[in-house]
Amino acid sequence: MNLTAVASIYRYEMARFFRTVAQSIVSPVLSTSLYFVVFGTAIGSRIESVEGHSYGAFIVPGLIMLSVMTQATSNASFGIYFPKFIGTIYELLSAPVNFLEITLGYVGAAATKALFIGVIILITAFFFVDISIAHPFWMLGFLILTCVSFSLLGFIIGIWAGNFEQLQLIPLLIITPLVFLGGSFYSITMLPPVWQTITMFNPVVYLISGFRWAFLDTADVPVGLSLLAIALFTGACLTAIWWIFRTGWRIRQ
Amino acid sequence: MSSIVSVRNLRKAYGTGFEALKSVNIEIEEGEILALLGPNGAGKTTLISTICGITVPTSGTVTVGGHDIGTEFRAARSLIGLVPQEINLEPFETVINSVRFSRGLFGKPRNDAYLDKILKQLSLFDKKNSKIMTLSGGMKRRVLIAKALSHEPRVLFLDEPTAGVDVELRKDMWAVVADLKAAGVTIILTTHYIEEAEAIADRVGVISKGEILLIQDKADLMTQMGKKQLVVELQSAVTDVPAQLKSYGLEIGEDGMSLIYTYDTKGERTGITTLLNDLQKAGLQMADMKTQQSSLEDIFVGLVKETA
Repeated sequence: MNLTAVASIYRYEMARFFRTVAQSIVSPVLSTSLYFVVFGTAIGSRIESVEGHSYGAFIVPGLIMLSVMTQATSNASFGIYFPKFIGTIYELLSAPVNFLEITLGYVGAAATKALFIGVIILITAFFFVDISIAHPFWMLGFLILTCVSFSLLGFIIGIWAGNFEQLQLIPLLIITPLVFLGGSFYSITMLPPVWQTITMFNPVVYLISGFRWAFLDTADVPVGLSLLAIALFTGACLTAIWWIFRTGWRIRQ
Repeated sequence: MSSIVSVRNLRKAYGTGFEALKSVNIEIEEGEILALLGPNGAGKTTLISTICGITVPTSGTVTVGGHDIGTEFRAARSLIGLVPQEINLEPFETVINSVRFSRGLFGKPRNDAYLDKILKQLSLFDKKNSKIMTLSGGMKRRVLIAKALSHEPRVLFLDEPTAGVDVELRKDMWAVVADLKAAGVTIILTTHYIEEAEAIADRVGVISKGEILLIQDKADLMTQMGKKQLVVELQSAVTDVPAQLKSYGLEIGEDGMSLIYTYDTKGERTGITTLLNDLQKAGLQMADMKTQQSSLEDIFVGLVKETA
């Protein structure tokens, strides 16, 4: 295992994050604050409670997840797409590193950035609403797993993408709708029965539900099922990445 | 000398059916400078990319330092430094960070003293903390070399290191290559500047349409394939070659003031002495004479034309 290489990739990627720190941190914090103002304070004041919690407190886990998922995906996809775009990928391909090391470096950095942003949003949330965290350990666990699994997904998208348009396409067309319809801003039980059934096919529902359980101790689906879903998702992404590097798909001619 | 890079029956075909390399065999000796000459699209870059692990071979084997590039890729790639043809650099990163990254990628522990030494050697030291986007084209190319050298490779591939580079920088580059050779690094460079191969290579390989046409010691190549010409300048112009000199295959130079005799340096007898005697017998008065040898360029153009 070439751990020095993993650390080098990780540091190099994190340097990019800190180089663009304003863009990396300020924009998610600003947009989340706006969500709190609009949904939590303005609209939320008209909603009495959701499953026994104030609406403001109810949407905190969903908002964090929304940002973490989109940030993890876009960071990881950009991280690997950019070297492909500017041609510096040659260095990775000719270095004594295997797929696991490349993935650990890039996905590790993308997940760290997403985690960083998630924590900052959580801190921001404390300024807007009263929240308590019922299961802090599980909260952190769900957060980290989500950062990692969506970074893996982003990494695959970055390898697949042939241009900047495609790089934006999947997050825009698939991830954003799934996250919005995954119960970020509402409880699944508020939907009509037919939609409740359809929603169960949305993997994001399980992640948000598990994460919300860690905060509020109430969930749409059993926590075990949430964990299973995230494990399956992570496993599927890892398998895809292993296959990509084994066959050289979109990377090695 | 033992070979450090060994390429056997290497073939690369693309999905489109295009065969970029057709059963290439090369043994590269430790410590030498090998220049690969070839026209555009000859397969030079494909050959280098395959040895370095960027392109997957269709068939054949490549070993570097005795390690197979497929099964022992870590050991093989650790020995190799690659300077690509295109200037592929992250524009927003600083020179030193970019070079540090390369070293780390090859699993080498941080060693700033060594990296400073390389940067000084490449006249990049005062640009160490500059962003790459602020550097000139020539400096960027040197950053690529610094990156390739950052992990102390034993074999260095330079893919057209002086393409589009001005004369002065080209000379600098040659000096860097000479220093590296002195330090024991094996260097393989591709070029289509023949004078470059002539100036710095120990051996020259000619590649065209995915095949190695020839690979030979530069000096041997020049003497073996080189034709020499004797130019005899005359005191008065001639319009025809005199009948008794027909057997020499002489050409008449511009304005008839000279006769040109082409001879093979390989031959036991050059025929010069008898020619000079016969010239005198034919009553021609010599004003001066000189010899000239064909350059690598003439040899190269001749070879590539033959296969076209």
